[in-house]
Amino acid sequence: MGTNKISGAEAVIRCLLEEGVDLVYGYPGGAIMPVYDELYKFKDQLHHVLVRHEQGATHAAQGFARATGKVGVAIATSGPGATNLVTGIADAQIDSTPMVCITGQVGKHLLGSDAFQETDIIGISTPVTKWNYQITEASEIPEIMAKAFYIAKSGRPGPVLIDITKNAQFDEIEFSYKKCTSIRSYNPKPVLNIDKVKEAAEIINTAKKPFIIFGQGVILSEAEAELKALVEKSGIPAAWTILGLSAMPTDHPLNVGMVGMHGNYGPNVLTNECDVLIALGMRFDDRVTGNLATYAKQAKVIHFEIDPAEIDKNVKTTVAVLADLKESLTALLPIIESNSHEAWHNEFKEKYEIELEAVINDELKPKREGISMGETIEMINKHSKGDAIMVSDVGQHQMFACRYAKFNSTKSNVTSGGLGTMGFALPAAIGAKMGMPNREVVAIIGDGGFQMTIQELGTIFQTKVPVKIVVLNNEFLGMVRQWQQLFFDKRYASTEMINPNFIAIAEGYYIKAKKVTKREDLDAAVAEMMASKESYFLEVMVEKENNVFPMIPTGASVSDIRLS
Amino acid sequence: MENKTFTISVYSENNVGLLNRISGIFLKRHINILSLNVSESEIENVSRFIIVVNTTEKWVQNIVGQIEKQIEVIKAFYHIDEETIFLENALFKIESSLLFDEKQIQNIIKESHSQIVTVARDFFVISKSGQRAEIESLYEKLKPFGIMQFVRSGRISVSKAKMEISTLLEELKQEPV
Repeated sequence: MGTNKISGAEAVIRCLLEEGVDLVYGYPGGAIMPVYDELYKFKDQLHHVLVRHEQGATHAAQGFARATGKVGVAIATSGPGATNLVTGIADAQIDSTPMVCITGQVGKHLLGSDAFQETDIIGISTPVTKWNYQITEASEIPEIMAKAFYIAKSGRPGPVLIDITKNAQFDEIEFSYKKCTSIRSYNPKPVLNIDKVKEAAEIINTAKKPFIIFGQGVILSEAEAELKALVEKSGIPAAWTILGLSAMPTDHPLNVGMVGMHGNYGPNVLTNECDVLIALGMRFDDRVTGNLATYAKQAKVIHFEIDPAEIDKNVKTTVAVLADLKESLTALLPIIESNSHEAWHNEFKEKYEIELEAVINDELKPKREGISMGETIEMINKHSKGDAIMVSDVGQHQMFACRYAKFNSTKSNVTSGGLGTMGFALPAAIGAKMGMPNREVVAIIGDGGFQMTIQELGTIFQTKVPVKIVVLNNEFLGMVRQWQQLFFDKRYASTEMINPNFIAIAEGYYIKAKKVTKREDLDAAVAEMMASKESYFLEVMVEKENNVFPMIPTGASVSDIRLS
Repeated sequence: MENKTFTISVYSENNVGLLNRISGIFLKRHINILSLNVSESEIENVSRFIIVVNTTEKWVQNIVGQIEKQIEVIKAFYHIDEETIFLENALFKIESSLLFDEKQIQNIIKESHSQIVTVARDFFVISKSGQRAEIESLYEKLKPFGIMQFVRSGRISVSKAKMEISTLLEELKQEPV
């Protein structure tokens, strides 16, 4: 009737445009076809990247979100299209990544009838989404899409899934859009209690051995400058969780390294010797704390956190400062006294010397014949000069990458931290590069994880996105093999990989490829890769049975971290 | 920390799927829900969940935090039994002839302060409100005569302390958008 009416599918696109989205990842199918038809019409304003598997769409959206700070968007059809999103959604949930997933659904009249490609994606995704909603009427689209973006991005970010029945995509509505700015039952930013900040400052100012651990909260609230100012004024040694990496330059003199299972020796051991532990935007994951019963029991714990559910969840706090980190650090900064904590810093330096001697030199300058993963990362550092975004997959190479990568700027470390999703890196690198086209993006992947999403080489070929792919090939599922060696008497059950010719596969996708087997060829190969204007695949044959150390065995105390 | 019975009260928007989202939090921690009741609350369009679990205080704190964090949950509380007024409801369906053949049934009904809610030719129905032990005691007394059907509701409870949800909602409304 009225010419000002548009279809629900067009409304979806207009909502995305209203939210400033110009790039989405997805895969078409029956129940989402009306939306794809509109994507065709809007292709000048909204670029759709066709991935090779829906899981790749979620990881690409995550990579985009992590590198840019914006909301990533993934689109899939109903049934298997929707279920293929689940791993990426779970990953985004546990790593607090803002993402909106849009799935098609069978028509409203078919819901619950076991129709073709019908699956209860709302039921399936409920435990792994920050919020989800099934739209069954076109008129709901603008309001729900606005809520989806608001919820995904605000407070502690996370994934939102919107399932849209086919009838709602076809039906026509009068379109008007209003951004969502509040929901009465949702309080994303707790109001800062200034008394808590004062209490925290008092404890910090009188501390003899204070220690900061910062997490991704710094990056999510864009509090990097505040963190740096705090660390520099207070002189407090600061360590990072794996997702906090790059929030502070890695070569900053007060940056003492990584905490956790494969973190640095000093930060782990000294967690149990500090008198005040200052946790900034981190959640005391078990990979960080080891055995909770013996974790920082001697210390007063101050937790700066935006999510009330994280307070006292794992570690009992002395003072909890519940607010957006940027806000709380801004309030804290002027009442923190200048200090240098020299003697305390020396303890970190001494511990670092021990680790350097026992672990790091051997890894970065190995005297053995085989190439180590650590020296490969070091070689990438040499050529990236610390300016690249590094997207790592999951396993030994990830730990080496995070331990040894150099970063000058924030949002440079993209990795699957909480969920540990093998197959994350290749598609996530695509998203990171498309989000930050002016930055170099290097994916570091093991031979196992590479084969979990290897089909995304097709996406790289089709889009010509110039990502650099490094596969560290040890012909093993290395991390599991390491555990088998250390804890299962070397019974290598199903961890040995007989791999295909990766070079031929990369070349099959018309991607420039090179394989390095000797140390003397590594420098030139990495240089060539980094200089390439196009995507580049570099396979490095590394030692088969190298281990990542230090290591806190599962259930052990951070004090009992092993150097070998 | 020892296990105790906790009553969790949740005020939420009345939306499809929220029950699934909330029960999933218990599933994730492998906690069995002892009883669950969902109804309207004192505020229009606001639902109230009453969930009873047996767990440690630390876990119930974590769970309430994780419930409250759900987008459509307005507020969640937990209480121990001493902090609430609570009861359950039970219905007993019994053969009508027993009222005349077994005279002590009439006394049992009187003594238990239960009510006969309906009497038909073949059966009658007794309703009993009270604490679990009272309902169980009535059940034991009636059991020898034969119970055709028995059903007991989840716990419903109100807290002794104030739950200022209306004030909270008013405040939320007044916050600048």
